[in-house]
Amino acid sequence: MHNKSVAELSRELESGKISSVELTREYLGRLKKEDEQLNSFISITEEQALADAHAADEQRAAGKATPWTGVPFAHKDIFCTNGVATTCGSKMLANFVPPYDATVTENFRQAGAVCLGKTNMDEFAMGSSTESSYFGATTNPWGLSRGEKRVPGGSSGGSAAAVAARLVPAATATDTGGSIRQPAALCGVTGLKPTYGRVSRYGMIAFASSLDQGGALARSAEDAALMLNVMAGFDPKDSTSLEREVPDYTATLNEPLKGLRIGLPKEYFAGNLDSAMEQQVRSAIREYEKLGATVKEVSLPHANLAIAAYYVIAPAEASANLSRFDGARYGYRCDDPKDLMDMYTRTRAEGFGAEVKRRILVGTYALSAGYFDAYYLKAQKVRRLIQQDFIDAFKEVDVLMSPTTPSPAFVQGEKSNDPVTMYLEDVFTVAINLAGIPAMSVPAGFIDGLPVGLQIIGDYFSEARLLNAAHQFQQVTDWHQREPQ
Amino acid sequence: MQWDIVIGLEIHVQLATRTKIFSGSSTAYGAEPNTQANAVDLAMPGTLPVPNEQAFRYAVMFGLAVNAEIERRSVFERKNYFYPDLPKGYQTTQLERPIVGPGYVDIDLANGKSKRVRIHHAHLEEDAGKSLHDSFYDELGHGMTGIDLNRAGTPLIEVVTEPDMTNAEEAVAFAKKLHGIVTSLGICDGDMSQGSMRFDVNISLKPKGSETLGTRTETKNLNSFRFMEQAIAHEVERQMDILEDGGTIVQETRLYNGDRDESRSMRTKEEANDYRYFPCPDLLPVEIDDAFIDEARNSLPELPDARKARFMEQYSLNDYDAGLLAGDSRLAAFFEAAAERGKDAKLAANWVQGEFSARLNAEEKSVDDSPISGAQLGDLVVRIADNTISSAGAKKVFEALWAGENDNVDAIIDAKGLKQVSDTGELEKMVDEVLASMPDQVAQYQQESDPKKQKKMLGGLMGPLMKASKGQGNPKLFNEILVRKLGG
Repeated sequence: MHNKSVAELSRELESGKISSVELTREYLGRLKKEDEQLNSFISITEEQALADAHAADEQRAAGKATPWTGVPFAHKDIFCTNGVATTCGSKMLANFVPPYDATVTENFRQAGAVCLGKTNMDEFAMGSSTESSYFGATTNPWGLSRGEKRVPGGSSGGSAAAVAARLVPAATATDTGGSIRQPAALCGVTGLKPTYGRVSRYGMIAFASSLDQGGALARSAEDAALMLNVMAGFDPKDSTSLEREVPDYTATLNEPLKGLRIGLPKEYFAGNLDSAMEQQVRSAIREYEKLGATVKEVSLPHANLAIAAYYVIAPAEASANLSRFDGARYGYRCDDPKDLMDMYTRTRAEGFGAEVKRRILVGTYALSAGYFDAYYLKAQKVRRLIQQDFIDAFKEVDVLMSPTTPSPAFVQGEKSNDPVTMYLEDVFTVAINLAGIPAMSVPAGFIDGLPVGLQIIGDYFSEARLLNAAHQFQQVTDWHQREPQ
Repeated sequence: MQWDIVIGLEIHVQLATRTKIFSGSSTAYGAEPNTQANAVDLAMPGTLPVPNEQAFRYAVMFGLAVNAEIERRSVFERKNYFYPDLPKGYQTTQLERPIVGPGYVDIDLANGKSKRVRIHHAHLEEDAGKSLHDSFYDELGHGMTGIDLNRAGTPLIEVVTEPDMTNAEEAVAFAKKLHGIVTSLGICDGDMSQGSMRFDVNISLKPKGSETLGTRTETKNLNSFRFMEQAIAHEVERQMDILEDGGTIVQETRLYNGDRDESRSMRTKEEANDYRYFPCPDLLPVEIDDAFIDEARNSLPELPDARKARFMEQYSLNDYDAGLLAGDSRLAAFFEAAAERGKDAKLAANWVQGEFSARLNAEEKSVDDSPISGAQLGDLVVRIADNTISSAGAKKVFEALWAGENDNVDAIIDAKGLKQVSDTGELEKMVDEVLASMPDQVAQYQQESDPKKQKKMLGGLMGPLMKASKGQGNPKLFNEILVRKLGG
């Protein structure tokens, strides 16, 4: 049962072959056993899950089922869950139990899905390896059989590893600079980062507000479409969410790809792109040509500025977003503060990990008097140029394709002491967040037994087209069905 | 040395919206601490601000009332600093693109002249919570600070003037004018004791006639017109003393203690925070279109300037009286109720500005707290005008109304026996009797040639007359009869 997709599980539940309680029990049993190796979950909410499963069975019996009723899944521990600890991977929030649901959480609750627990992540979503979690690193299930402890990517590494290891069929995730797509690529699963504003950010703990976007990690494009059907929509509680109709994303999965115009940004294939990686991506693109797509080279002239702009804007916003963690109202507070300044400095020194502090420092610096113009304003100008690059490219093509990451999963510890090398993990992904457009990562082959991802980038609100393109690829390839040993 | 004083004001005006600027919590004053602070106000993780449209409407109305341009695309920014009553660690405010652009207000001065004070801009922002020091102690007796976040997120507009004022009178006149405007608009309750309007005063001195501005100080959070006047006088004197001793003024923020007439430095420019402003990524720029502005314009009530002109026209009030009564919307409404009912606007104006205002001041009450209504005062005016009661009797009726003894003017007059005797036959009889009993005084009067002294002597006869009439004789008629009889 555990290697079935959301769509399949939904059908099994509907046919009455299995109840949600049975299914949930099976998943929980497996999760508790298998996750000792992976550490992909921060908390497992067994009691709540069984209660929800029971309610889901009743719901289904009453004929009020949605495709998600009774289907197990997990939330990245960045989405607030009413009454359930929400830590964001940080000591700062290790004891934080929100009295409210994120809108995404609420949507899954309404749909009747059964949340098994909260998945591990880089602290405050800052990282590309899920090594900076206060609750320990998550291990990528790929490579484990060879005795290698590789990173699952990050920051949504817990969700990606759990889906890859079939501990849950799907999990929510968030993406600020690649945090859905890079773990998807490194774990061999399908990841979708929607258009900025497509999914409500309410109750999703902020890293960089203008870049953060909730999305899906699943085993297939079809399941990602089922997830987006639940997640997408205008939310009056999020002023940056967009009032725009939500289509049924599963309805267009089977549209033929004939005539699809694919653009390959020459900047993403230039210079030092690893040749094995290039080979995997080019062979995936040949599959698309077989499906009737046309391919042409396009240019994103400012692509090389994306990392620099991103690592000014994201930390700048983070430096303000994380000011609320001051020990005054909730979360961690240092012992016996002498006075206010002592409470602030020790609470934050003890409560935040090294990478979070690094980004707060960088962001504070970039916004400071005398540096603001040179860093923050300049980065915003670059952001507009990058946005324009994509707008221009989508005048010529329907989607862009590239590798998701420069290389497959690296070994734990390899980059954790070299932040700049770590930041380069995001070289193909951050520009998409700066532009606010949607993108996916789909499994596209292996290098040395480790999965790699193909990134498919679309114009604003083209999620249906991206899911269609990914789904058609998954009808003619089986990379997404490979399981780690 | 002679000095020019340069004053600019920053005024925080709390907007009278029902809910907060970015959350659905109530803004009502006086609730139990932290009962009006929801997850957004507490800056719980993941919560987001949702702008309150009414706050924008009020800001636009204010802009139109002070002849200002409205910014079609205003931007909220984050002003970053740490303080326990600032839950997010930043204040959401406006800097580069405030909603209200340059405008002006004309103020009336005691010398009868009017002066234009320019407004630099006004921006929307959220208020912080309150820190309550000296009220909480831990088990070892160490002082602790209590935080009340009920006020956190209350919408404010901060109005910033140009440094156009040159003395305390002008600054206070401007402050009062602004108070009249925002209360007339109904966008602020104007209750300064509850912090609904708070004034920061920027003051600098320069040698008389000099073009170069001196170093300024800012005195913060003055919450009454009186304190504002005192604080200006205090700060001008402090700066003058320093400059005349050859010292220099330090650019700093100061706090004024009105009870002690003292001020102290809060922080100098060097100690000022770097607020690291940047556009708030949780809020889109606020787009304001013509329709929104037109709607706000159409909803503008009568403003103090227009009301003053109308009072002069409709009630034949002089410039000074009209200005005073029209300046405050609630006083104006009270006056109009009294004038309509009393049918004698002049008399109503005198009573509103005299007895009524004095009583409010003495008891530190606002018009809203008044135990008597404008209509009741109007009833009183009717009975004064038709000679039913004397002005002394009227004061007694006013006292009874104020004390709540009875709410009916005629009933009070009857109960207290204040009705004047205006029957001339009856009054003449009394005069004859009194004059007959006081022949010496009559003779003295008739021998006196100085009309002033005669007048005084008449006053001396009024006492016995009032006594004879048990206080109910119409003094005006008594006087007429006396003059006639004594002179004849």
